[in-house]
Amino acid sequence: MTKKKGFLDFISDSTFIHILLSIVFGFLVGAIFLKVMGLSVGAAYGRLLNSITSLKGFSYVVVYSVPYIVAGLSVAFSFKTGVFNIGAEGQFVMGSMAAVVTSLLCSGLPKPLLIPLCFIAAMAIGALWGIIVGVLKTKWGINEVLSMIMFNWIAFYLSNFIAGLPAIKNEGTAEATKNIADNASMLFSKEFIKNAGLCPTANWGILMAVAAMLIVWFIIEKTTLGYELKAVGYNKFAAEYGGISVNRSILTALAISGALAGLAGALQVMGMGKRISIFTSQEGFGFAGIVVALIGVSNPFGVFVAGLFYGALMYGGSKLNLEGVPTQLINVIVGTVVFFIAISVIFRSFRNLKKKKEPPKSPVSSNSKKEVAAS
Amino acid sequence: MTNFVNSLGIILFATLVYATPLLYAALGSCFSEVSGVVNIGIEGMMTVGAFTGTVVAYFIGNPWLGFLCGGLAGALFGMLHAVATVNLGADQTIAGTAINMLGPGIAIMTAKVLFNSTDTVPLTASQKIPKIFSGTFDTSTVFGRFMDNVFANYASTYLVFIAVIIVWFVFYKTRFGLRLRACGEHPQACETLGIDVIKMRFACVCLSGFLAGLGGACVTMTVSTQFRPISIVGQGFIAIAAVIFGKFRPHGALIGCLLFGFCSGLKVVLGGSSAINMHIISMIPYVVTVIVLVLFVGKSRVPAANGKPYVKAK
Repeated sequence: MTKKKGFLDFISDSTFIHILLSIVFGFLVGAIFLKVMGLSVGAAYGRLLNSITSLKGFSYVVVYSVPYIVAGLSVAFSFKTGVFNIGAEGQFVMGSMAAVVTSLLCSGLPKPLLIPLCFIAAMAIGALWGIIVGVLKTKWGINEVLSMIMFNWIAFYLSNFIAGLPAIKNEGTAEATKNIADNASMLFSKEFIKNAGLCPTANWGILMAVAAMLIVWFIIEKTTLGYELKAVGYNKFAAEYGGISVNRSILTALAISGALAGLAGALQVMGMGKRISIFTSQEGFGFAGIVVALIGVSNPFGVFVAGLFYGALMYGGSKLNLEGVPTQLINVIVGTVVFFIAISVIFRSFRNLKKKKEPPKSPVSSNSKKEVAAS
Repeated sequence: MTNFVNSLGIILFATLVYATPLLYAALGSCFSEVSGVVNIGIEGMMTVGAFTGTVVAYFIGNPWLGFLCGGLAGALFGMLHAVATVNLGADQTIAGTAINMLGPGIAIMTAKVLFNSTDTVPLTASQKIPKIFSGTFDTSTVFGRFMDNVFANYASTYLVFIAVIIVWFVFYKTRFGLRLRACGEHPQACETLGIDVIKMRFACVCLSGFLAGLGGACVTMTVSTQFRPISIVGQGFIAIAAVIFGKFRPHGALIGCLLFGFCSGLKVVLGGSSAINMHIISMIPYVVTVIVLVLFVGKSRVPAANGKPYVKAK
């Protein structure tokens, strides 16, 4: 019964094609906005493409992408396990602050010790932030979306508070923390960057992102733990019946997801960021993680590519001002992409286009067989 | 004593100012969630409303027209969410996330074109939503001052309390309300009784956008007089939190919003004294919300069909 797939079938079946089509629509809508505003589409998209295609530009893209990829993995992991980690933002903030504080307190340690220590601190605090929400849910039945929104803001103000403490605050006039200890920095050496022609903030972070991607894939696809978490996400009553402790699974899932978001925060500050500013509004890495997870359809490899895509748009977008184009164009493009991913069911209906064109000659589908039998 | 009464007056004023936009948005969220559609796009709809309200008031000069247009702009984005989630059966979280990116993106881009800046031009006093009862009370006495602080408030604040009563009445005393609640609990049963679930949900999501837009317009047309990219930062999510806090009932959401507004008001008064670190004070509303949840509210019951796309049986 192997049916030869037509072109329209291919389009309507493949999630990958849906994503690509969504991206095309995103840029189309962006172009329409540019046209309506009387700006040059060619100049804007040309600048976007130009800024990311040189070696230096591409290295910027990779550096920008690292926190988005890992935050995206955090949210994707939560999606797989049936929780919506809208709290990645707070876990990210706490993770980066933990990395800075650890590096400043233990600045005497050598690099091979200090860097892993900062990672562990960031992941532990991120996991803790996830577990608190999990306990509120499993012990008192408090809606996790609600408590995550609260804990995002608590993390935000706590980070601002810690950044203002005398031992942490920058000696200069900047409203920020001190720079992260040299031994906790993941930047490549200056000579290497110069010789290779990379951007000044090129760092090892991308390797951690690859490792995180592989670990998440392994946990979800290859371990009993991953199987249990997925089972709970798919149908918690069936999972409970099958002997899986639902409450423990929710806690584990939130802890792992939180640890990933915390790691993303550490990678951001130990790579590109160097220090944490005292902000007036949330920075939005965690919310970007949601978008990246959605574009990557919660598949670890997909999230990796989606993170690179998002990083490219963010870096390229920062250059749009040079053409007199508002940076916000990027939000419109990405928003449209996500919107089309949401309604990707319309791409599935391409199959029907074909059916209208060439009506089936003989009843082959099981449905029509039943109809024949019924008559 | 005089000081205390004055401070209390200021706290209550700030409570009402903070709670008003949250309440509009929370009522909107109630409509959408209770009919069975998760709407995390409230934040984006508020931003669009805030921007449109300010711009219309600035160019036309009439604050009420601006306020209304803010609501309509929110409704337009509500309709976008409705088309995706109700008609096409899209994942409601994904569509909402898209709205949250599109709303601010389009608003700020348009601001750039109109004003060559991400901020709009501040509104003059006649372009703002007017205060009512200002000058009614004799401010020379302590009591009069207190009354002036609390009741000489923006018209939009008085409107929202009327709106809460109306929404409560619609939800629990009308046929429309009964049907709307049923759509969120058991849409299949509704359909068998001849209720058009798709139409009901579509209307509710548009309405939620309208109310969220009004809420956004309140932010930029009362205390703050201009739209800036940081005008709406998280109020939409707080409104959703207030609705979950209030167990998806309009009067419950009212308590959530007032609690939140009161803590923010406390922040304004305590922040002036600077005995305690400002950032720690800013944390109060969020910590208090969690504590109140644990101690008094507990398990929140979500409408049974909330978040599930409804596909009409063939």
